[in-house]
Amino acid sequence: MRHKKAGFKLKRDPSARKALLRGLVTSVIEQERIITTVPKAKAARPLVDKMITLAKRDTLHTRRQAASFLQTPASVKKLFDKLGARFGQREGGYTRITRLGWRKGDGAEQAMLELVGSELVKRAAERAKRREDRLKALKEGREEEGGEEKS
Amino acid sequence: MPNPKRRHSARRTAARRTHDSLRAPGMAECPNCHEPKLPHRVCQHCGKYKGREVIEVAEK
Repeated sequence: MRHKKAGFKLKRDPSARKALLRGLVTSVIEQERIITTVPKAKAARPLVDKMITLAKRDTLHTRRQAASFLQTPASVKKLFDKLGARFGQREGGYTRITRLGWRKGDGAEQAMLELVGSELVKRAAERAKRREDRLKALKEGREEEGGEEKS
Repeated sequence: MPNPKRRHSARRTAARRTHDSLRAPGMAECPNCHEPKLPHRVCQHCGKYKGREVIEVAEK
């Protein structure tokens, strides 16, 4: 009996559910972090972890196992070339789910599913970019002001 | 179709509604900006959760 083993159905038939989850897992591996609903994040999380566990042993067979689930060759490459080594010392718990609050349109609770260790790097880059944008905007604003004063 | 036979008294209505009141959600204080936030969730005000988390919040 499968009592109390319902899992996440996500209101889809089995093939649509599998396609959705494969897409989510592929995205997490390629992008490091995705924002989705809490149930989808929870459903995708063990699959992401399984992919990374696969990547710890780099053989033709494990590569094929990963390739049969992931949807892009690039994600398989990244998984084995980067993530396998990155999580080599970690025994599970490769991913993190953070609840973000509720989506405006339908009130579904959103969550961020990310690979552990991807938070600081990305953020530093983003912050630097934002600062640059802000400085640029400021400079342009000043130049415009200067021009107006002359005329 | 079945219909109510008699009108309810105001008291009866009020008695039913004694259990209908909404309760405020249990809020926690954001350790970063000290705004109220929901526990176990990213702070909607400063976008942080245990360090930094979301980009969000277009400041000014």
